Amino acid sequence: MPIIKFISRRLGLGVLTLFAVSVLIFLVTQAFPSDPAQAILGRETTPESLDALRQELGLYRPAVVQFGDWFFGILRGDFGKSFVTQMQISEYIAARVGNSLFLMVVGALFSIPISIAVGAYSALKRDKKFDTISSTSSLVLAAIPEFVMGTALIMFLSTTVFHLLPAITLIDAGEPPWADLSGIVLPVLTLVLAVTPYVSRTMRASMIEILESDYVEMARLKGMSERVVLLRHGLPNALGPVFQVIALNLAYLAGGTVIVERLFNFPGIGSALADSVRARDLPVIQFLTLMIAGVYVLMNLIADVATVLATPRLRTSLK
Amino acid sequence: MNKMIEAPESVRPIGLIRKALQLRRTKIGLTVLLVIMAFAIVGPFVAPHTQTEFIDMPNSLDIPGALFGTDYLGQDVWSRFLIGGRSILLLSLGATSLGLAVGISLGLIAALFKGRIDELIMRIFDVILSFPQILLALLLVSMFDASPWLTILSVGLSTTPRVGRVIRGAALSVVERDFVHAAAALGESRFRILFFEVLPNVTGPLLVEANLRFTYSIATIASLAFLGFAPDPTAANWGTMIQENSAVIVVQPWEQCCL
Amino acid sequence: MSSGLRILNLRVNVIESGCDIVDEVNLEIPAGSVLGLVGESGSGKTTVGLAVLGHARRGVEIASGEIFFGETEVLSYDAEKKRLMRGALVSYVPQDPASSLNPALRIGTQLREVLEAHNFGDSTDARTTRIKEMMAEVALPTDDEYLERYPHQLSGGQQQRVVLAMAFACRPSVIVLDEPTTGLDVSTQEHVLRTVRELARVYGVAALYITHDLAVVSELVDEVAVMYAGRIIEQGAVKDIFENPVHPYTRHLVAAAPDIVGDHLIIGLAGRAPSPGKRPIGCVFAARCELASDECRSQFPISVEIGDRHSARCIKIGQLSSNVATPSRLRTNHNIGDVLVNIEGLSAGYLGNLVVRDVSIQIRRGQCSALVGESGSGKTTVARCLGGLHSEWTGKILFEGQEIAKSSSRRPIDQRLGIQYIFQNPYGSLNPRRTVGDSIVRPLEIMGESVSEIGKQLNMVLEQVSLPASYASKYPDQLSGGERQRVAIARALISKPELLICDEVTSALDVLVQASVVDLLSDLQKNLGLAILFITHNLPLVRSFADEVAVMSEGKVVEYGFTEAIIDNPQNKYTRRLISSTPSILRSIK
Repeated sequence: MPIIKFISRRLGLGVLTLFAVSVLIFLVTQAFPSDPAQAILGRETTPESLDALRQELGLYRPAVVQFGDWFFGILRGDFGKSFVTQMQISEYIAARVGNSLFLMVVGALFSIPISIAVGAYSALKRDKKFDTISSTSSLVLAAIPEFVMGTALIMFLSTTVFHLLPAITLIDAGEPPWADLSGIVLPVLTLVLAVTPYVSRTMRASMIEILESDYVEMARLKGMSERVVLLRHGLPNALGPVFQVIALNLAYLAGGTVIVERLFNFPGIGSALADSVRARDLPVIQFLTLMIAGVYVLMNLIADVATVLATPRLRTSLK
Repeated sequence: MNKMIEAPESVRPIGLIRKALQLRRTKIGLTVLLVIMAFAIVGPFVAPHTQTEFIDMPNSLDIPGALFGTDYLGQDVWSRFLIGGRSILLLSLGATSLGLAVGISLGLIAALFKGRIDELIMRIFDVILSFPQILLALLLVSMFDASPWLTILSVGLSTTPRVGRVIRGAALSVVERDFVHAAAALGESRFRILFFEVLPNVTGPLLVEANLRFTYSIATIASLAFLGFAPDPTAANWGTMIQENSAVIVVQPWEQCCL
Repeated sequence: MSSGLRILNLRVNVIESGCDIVDEVNLEIPAGSVLGLVGESGSGKTTVGLAVLGHARRGVEIASGEIFFGETEVLSYDAEKKRLMRGALVSYVPQDPASSLNPALRIGTQLREVLEAHNFGDSTDARTTRIKEMMAEVALPTDDEYLERYPHQLSGGQQQRVVLAMAFACRPSVIVLDEPTTGLDVSTQEHVLRTVRELARVYGVAALYITHDLAVVSELVDEVAVMYAGRIIEQGAVKDIFENPVHPYTRHLVAAAPDIVGDHLIIGLAGRAPSPGKRPIGCVFAARCELASDECRSQFPISVEIGDRHSARCIKIGQLSSNVATPSRLRTNHNIGDVLVNIEGLSAGYLGNLVVRDVSIQIRRGQCSALVGESGSGKTTVARCLGGLHSEWTGKILFEGQEIAKSSSRRPIDQRLGIQYIFQNPYGSLNPRRTVGDSIVRPLEIMGESVSEIGKQLNMVLEQVSLPASYASKYPDQLSGGERQRVAIARALISKPELLICDEVTSALDVLVQASVVDLLSDLQKNLGLAILFITHNLPLVRSFADEVAVMSEGKVVEYGFTEAIIDNPQNKYTRRLISSTPSILRSIK
């Protein structure tokens, strides 16, 4: 089936990209000027212990071998050991991945329907009150970095003005994320406010293009009711570009969690990454970066495939 | 075909800017941006105290002469605010300029030369685009220390493919137009065509993208500072300030860079 | 059921400025007959068409007037009633079926929804029967598989027929067709026109047919109304309008229309029609009319009856001679020199697909050769190979006895200057960011000429194309389509070429402008001894203009020889079919 072929080809391309990404990450970490062994053992140590540790970490082997080890290790499920905690990364990460995913999913559950609805309605009532208000606020919100937004929300809802919600989440790494529901609200709200404006503006632009199109005018000239024009004629054509943007923004959420998690003290992979960067914990940095990049690539893949599936013209021309 | 081809819209820059200025939201955005830039540029010259001067008890509000009180180290919040915009602004300008220069060039080249060169450039872009902007910056910063040059380089690097993709898209439609073919038929060199025929015709999307990228650069660099990776941790820096004082209520999230 | 369409005093305005787009439009179409609304682009004919459906585009409003379907006035309907009448009482057939059909919906769905929206038929089955009926009437397959297709899986002609089926589905009393055959090739156009005529007759519809193509109008309609700058300036029975046009504008139109029968030169008219907001108080045509007087300019003439149902808005009617000005026969061959270009066995393609197969043509100095064919025939590819814009070809091309390289960048400078290419799209061939003057003089700059010399050449060349010297500092978007083509020609001329390759250079221009550009090319050829390779799909246009014609179909030259011989006595089957399907004014009024 041509669709399967297309998907597998895109998948192949994605895998290749990920491979290149992993090489890039590895090269960057290889360029690390200081000595990892030194960083772990600190200053007060003997040359012999340094040497022994280096042997153990395999730092004397040629770079290609080290890369191969690391890469195939990941494929086997062995993600390496953290320099700092000496824990297996897989253990360290497991719960946190779930937490971050939870945050992203809940965020997406709100942001996607809201942005589609707001964008579409703005396009429909173009230049009228709803549109002007939503467009201006989108512009303003889109320009605010998440940490500013988050801080403002904390100030507003938690510490200074109202005291409705806690300012940080009180979840241990082991507990499920819904253990502290009220603590989740602010992080999710921040994420939603960070992503929705951008998606809704893009939705509005696509919707306007569609509403001005010849075939929509034709549908009106055929006597179709506005509802039919919008839902049957407008929306299916809007799906393609919307999928692209949704996926891109889910990916952006993945990056945004880094900040939001730190701000709210949420135990996810974002804050783990920030910590590991500060601690120069190479294996963790390598792995987490690879993982987030992997999410990005996967999201793009899904967007491309969904776009093709949603556009009959592209779908039928697959070879 | 005797289809009546519709005239495309006028693309002269003066006309476009004038039209854009008529939109209310452009006026609002521009005003806010100018206000912030004014603060950032003029700030350091009018600050009553230096950024690290200890003036009074930490975290106190009613101090004569200091409107916004002191931060957790006893430094004057207002002064630090006035001074703090400058480094972020300068770094963002540097990063955006770098990203624009490289991104525009690569995007144009990919659009004109097409074929294998285009494929190569797009694959490189894809790899860089696999990283969220802040992630790439974090990665590089974790290896080397957060010097100003590294910040500019890493944010510039992640800006490049984003700019490049947009420019390439715009250039692709320009390259198909007949006046480019006419220039090629005359024997004009490819580089002349790129910079004198194609580039002037993508200024529309270019300006929009430049604006957007500048905003995102500021956000990324401020976020970096917030996470603790500003070039100089003791210096006043809006991102750092918010992070440092996050436990305290006297934080003003002033940073609104609007389009 | 109401029958017939009457438009009374229709006025449509631009909302913001209140300027009229069309005004004082009065039309009457009895049931079962077709009226052709003729005019150039910008005359407001589409606006009138949309107004019949009670519709106006963004920023535009129907200001005043009445529209009657039979006895019922419809402009006073509220929005919901207007919506209900669209598709049921009155239908619209748009110009471009490809963009008017929703790419995301199957054609069966798009057909069915018209019936559903207007409660046509009692059940799903009844509606399905109706759909299949309609498909059969427009000569399309009626099987279910076909209805499951998406628009992009149909050809242009098939798409247009689907749109026709949609328009007639609910048995409307009025139908508006807006340039429905633009973009279709001649044989498809013929089929569509025939279908329209049949359906209108069978259903007893009053049809308003909007077009700029006089030949099509002459074959299809019963009555004609001519629009200029938003006003109807003449109307009457089709025979009267073409045999005895009275308004100066109509006369110019008829004189400029190429015809495959007959042997007159086409004559153009300079200037452009005033756009909304810039229209004068007096007669809108006065600025371009050779008979204009102060009286004309002070007040718009009222309608004057000339014959039965034939009227025009002009006060100078009696002062024109009774027949349309037809200057003498086309010029006989002169100054034809030796062979300039020799194309031997040219085969070209795109990524392995051949579109040109073994073509051999000769062009002599001072000669005009036309390359005629429908879309996909390969004619543009031949031109591009010759011009150095396409390099995937085999065979031999000789210019002045020497073989030329495939890509123009590899050719020596005298070849590059000697062969000049003029493109179809007047909006794409000039860099919008450069002044007209800069675009024109570029070749001289490359050659390193001095500034004073460049200035001199620029003025000379502008004069040759009849553009004022002040145009040199203007930007392309300040010029009309015809003026831009002149600039493109000037740019070609400044290199003092031997050969001009004109690639569909008039296909995007209105009929009057087209005629003046062709006129210009003809003059240049005479005065400068230029050879011209004229690429077009418009065979009638070529008649008055080219010495030799090569007719192409599917990549091959099917007939090649002197223009007169081929058109009057075609040997090849394809050529014969092409000529007989091409509408002709002279043929239809006989």
